Amino acid sequence: MKKSNDREVATPHLAEEWVGKVYTFICILFLIITIFSMVYFVASKGLSTFIVNGVSVKDLLTGLKWKPDSDTPLFGALPFIFGSFSTSILAAIIAAPLGFCAAVFMVELSPKIGRTFMQPVIELLAGIPSVVYGFVGLSVIVPLFRDIFPGQGVGIAAGSLVLAFMILPTITTIATDALASLPSGLKEGSYALGATRWQTIYRIVLPTTLPAQMTGIVLGIARAFGEALAVQMVIGNAPHIPHSLFESTSTLTSAITLSMGNTAMGSVQNNALWSLALILMMMTFVFVFIIRWLEGRKKL
Amino acid sequence: MKVWKGNLLKMKKSLIVTMALTLSLSLAACGNNTNNGANNGNAAATNNASTNNTASADLSGSILASGSTALQPLVDQVSKEFMDKNSGVSIQVQGGGSGTGLTQVSEGQAQIGNSDVFAEEKLDAAKAAELVDHQVAVVAMAAVTNKDVGVDNLTKQQLVDIFTGKITNWKDVGGKDEKIQIVNRPSSSGTRATFEKFALGTKTEDLAGSIQEDASGTVKKLVSETPGAIGYLALSYLDDSVTSLKYEGVDANEDNVAKGTYPVWAYEHMYTKGEPDAATKAFLDYMVSEEVQNGDVVELGYIPASKMEVKRDAAGAVTK
Amino acid sequence: MSAKTADKIATGVIVFITGLIALALIGLLGYILFRGLGHISWHFLTSPPETIRKGGGIGPQLFNSLFLLVLTMVITVPLGIGAGIYMSEYAKAGKITSAIRLVVEVLSSFPSIIVGLFGLLVIVNKFNLGFSLLSGALALTIFNLPLMVRITEQGLRSVPVQQKEASLALGISKWKTIRSVQLPIALPIVLSGSILAAGRIFGEAAALLFTAGMSSPRLDFSDWNPLHSDSPLNPMRPAETLAVHIWKVNSEGLAPDATQIAAGASAVLIITVLLFNLGARALGRYMHNKFTASK
Repeated sequence: MKKSNDREVATPHLAEEWVGKVYTFICILFLIITIFSMVYFVASKGLSTFIVNGVSVKDLLTGLKWKPDSDTPLFGALPFIFGSFSTSILAAIIAAPLGFCAAVFMVELSPKIGRTFMQPVIELLAGIPSVVYGFVGLSVIVPLFRDIFPGQGVGIAAGSLVLAFMILPTITTIATDALASLPSGLKEGSYALGATRWQTIYRIVLPTTLPAQMTGIVLGIARAFGEALAVQMVIGNAPHIPHSLFESTSTLTSAITLSMGNTAMGSVQNNALWSLALILMMMTFVFVFIIRWLEGRKKL
Repeated sequence: MKVWKGNLLKMKKSLIVTMALTLSLSLAACGNNTNNGANNGNAAATNNASTNNTASADLSGSILASGSTALQPLVDQVSKEFMDKNSGVSIQVQGGGSGTGLTQVSEGQAQIGNSDVFAEEKLDAAKAAELVDHQVAVVAMAAVTNKDVGVDNLTKQQLVDIFTGKITNWKDVGGKDEKIQIVNRPSSSGTRATFEKFALGTKTEDLAGSIQEDASGTVKKLVSETPGAIGYLALSYLDDSVTSLKYEGVDANEDNVAKGTYPVWAYEHMYTKGEPDAATKAFLDYMVSEEVQNGDVVELGYIPASKMEVKRDAAGAVTK
Repeated sequence: MSAKTADKIATGVIVFITGLIALALIGLLGYILFRGLGHISWHFLTSPPETIRKGGGIGPQLFNSLFLLVLTMVITVPLGIGAGIYMSEYAKAGKITSAIRLVVEVLSSFPSIIVGLFGLLVIVNKFNLGFSLLSGALALTIFNLPLMVRITEQGLRSVPVQQKEASLALGISKWKTIRSVQLPIALPIVLSGSILAAGRIFGEAAALLFTAGMSSPRLDFSDWNPLHSDSPLNPMRPAETLAVHIWKVNSEGLAPDATQIAAGASAVLIITVLLFNLGARALGRYMHNKFTASK
C-alpha cells in the first residue's frame, strides 16, 4: 500500500475502531444489566416476606417448621437449607473420587481410550436433560434403594446419587484439564527419582493440582445446589430434617418447584418461596467467591 | 485502497445484516405485543391482523387460559375443537398451577384463569371479588393404596388418623401387618386442599417421612410401587396399578358424586375478570355446552357440571 | 507393602473405577435408548401429541425445540461474541474488569430455576411478552451468554500473539484485526463450543416451564410467515419443547401410552444431543484441518 493513501484511510479507520468499541461495550453492558436486574427483582420479591409480611429473618433461617397454609403460618426454611447442603455435598463426595480416577485414567494411564471413548461419553452425560435424570432416578435408583435399605427409597441418598451423575462431567472435565496442564517436568523429575506412577500421582500430581481439583468440586456443588427437577422427583419433599439418608426430605429448589405455581403472586406463601430463591441466589455468590479464592491460590 | 474499501463494504454488509436481524426480531415482538394489548383491553372487536380470517369467522380475538394443570388437558382439548369451528379465534392454554392462573387473570395477563379451588382461597377478598366464576366440570378424588395392603374401605376417622400419623400400620384398619407410607401433595396444592376439606374435614401437617409430590403421574407411580403406600388421585388417573378405596363404604364413582353421596369432589373453575368479551364468552359457553360436557368432559374422566344434583358454595356448604 | 505393589493396586483401582463409571454411563444411556427406541417411528416424530388417546407424537415439540434453539443462538451469538471480544481485547486490567468477570461467573452458575422465575416475573409479566418462544429464547440467552463469552475469550486467547501484532503493525485497526485476523483463527473453537452449548440448552426444562409455556397451539406447517399466529415461525406463540413435554407427560399425562411417549421422547432428546456433540467434533476437526492446511 502506498503512503499517500494514509490520510484517506484514517477516517474510516477511526470510525471502524469506534464501531468495534461501542458494539462490544453494548454487549457487555447488556450482560451487566441483566445480572443486576435479576438480583434486584429476586431480592425485592424475596425481601418482601420480611418487609411486607413481617416474617423475621431469624425465623426463616433457623425455623424447623414449614407450614405456610396453616392458620398460624410458619416459615422455617432450615430443613430445606439442610437438605440442599447435605444432598449437594454428599453428591460431591461421591463424584469427586470418581471424577479424579477417570481424569487420571484419561491423562496418565490411557490417553487414547480416554480421548476416543471416555471423553465423548462424559460430554454426552452433560447433555442429558435433568428431567431424564430425574425419571431414571425415580424408575431405577428409588426402587433399588427401597429394596436394599429400610425406608421408601426416596431421600438424601437417592437425591445425591442422581446429582453425583449430573455433576460428574463438570468435575471430571476440570480435573482432566488440571492434570493435562501440569508441567511434564514435574512428573518426569519424580519418575527420574525412581518414584512409581502411583507415588508420583499421590505425592506430586494430587497436591499440585489440588486447588484446581477443589475448583471443580465447588463448581459441582454449586450445580447440584441449584438443580431442581431431577432432585424433586427423588427426594420425597417432606419439609423435615430427616433421621436417615433414606427418609423423605426437601431441598430449597424442590420446595420452590413444588409450590411456586400453586400460590398466587403477592401472597405470603408465594413471597416465602421467593425468599428461598433469594437464599439460593446468595449461595451462588458464595460459591463463586470460594471458586475465585481457590483460583487465586492456584496461581501462586 | 480498493482492498480497504471492499473490506469496509463487507464489514458494513455484515453489520447491516446483524442489525436488520435484530431489528426485525424486535419489530415482530413489538407488533405482536400491541396486538395482544389491544385484544386484552378491547373486546372481540379488534381484528387480529395476523389471523387469516375466512368463512365462519365472525368471532375473533386471542384468548390465553392459564392455570391449573389438572384442568389443562380438558381446556386444551376443547380449545382445539373450538378453534376448528371459529378460525378467527386463537386460544392458548397454559399450565403453571392454580395460583399462577388466578394471578394472571387478576392482573389482566390472561383472559381466563383455570383453578382447582375457589379464588377466595388463593387471592385476597378484594381481588377475588373482581373475578367471575365459571364452573365447567367437577373432579372427584379417591384415596388410593398400593395393591398389597388388603384394605378396600376406610372411614373418615380412619383416614384422619392415617394422615395425622395416629395410625401407622395397616393392621390397625383391617389390613395386613405393614407400615403405612403416606404419599401426599404439597400444602399449596388444590388437590390436597380438596381432599383435606371434604375427606378429612381438617387440615393436616406434613409428617416426617411422608412423601410429597405435586404431579398426579408421579403420585400414581410412587403409590403403585411403594409397599404400604396411600395417596389420593383424581378419578381420571385411576387404573389397575393401584387400589381405589371406598370412603365410608361409598364407591368413588360418577353416580355417587352426582347424587352427592360421595363428598370428595371439587369444581374446576375458569375465572374471568369481570364479564368476558365475546370470544371468551363463546368459548366458555362452548365449554358448558351439551356437546362438550357429554363428550370431552366424560372422556377425560371429569364429571359434567350439569349432571350434579347437588351444589356447593365457596364455604363448602352443600345444597340440593 | 512395596511401592511397586502399591502402584499396581492403585492402577488396578483406578482402572476398575473408571471401568465402573464407563459401565454406569453406558448403562444409563442404554437404559434410556433401550426403553425409547422401540417407540420411535416416523409417525411419532411428526404427529402432534394426543391428550387422552393412544398414538400421540412429538412433532410440534421437536420443531419447537429446534426453533427455540435457533432463536436463542441468533440472540446469543452476536451478543456473546461481542462481550467476549470486549473482555479479551478491550477491557483494561483493573478492578472494573475483574468485577465484570465476576458478574459473568455468577451468571453462569445461576440455578436454572432462578432464571426461570426471573423470566416469569420480568420477561413474561413485566415486558408482557407472555408465554412465548421469544420469552423462552431470552431466558435461555441468560444461560447461554456467559458460556458464549467464555468460549469466545478462550478462542481469542488461542490466537498466536504474533499474528495479532503483525496485523496491527501493518496499520490495520484493532477492530479490523479482531474481525479479520483473530476471529477466523478462533472460529473452530468458538463454533464447536457454541454447538456444545446448544446441546446443553436443548435439554433445559426448568427455566422454560415458566417462560416458553407448556402448551403448543395448533400449527399450520404450510404457513411460514412469522407474523401469522398459526405459523410455526411466529416467535410470539407459546411453545412446549421436548424436555418440557417429557416433564409434562411424566407428571400429568393422561394418555394410556404416556410412559412410552416419555421414554421415546427421552431417547430422541439423547440422540439429538449426541448428534450435536458429534457435529461439534467433526466441524472442529474439519475447520482445524482447513485452516492449518491453507496457511
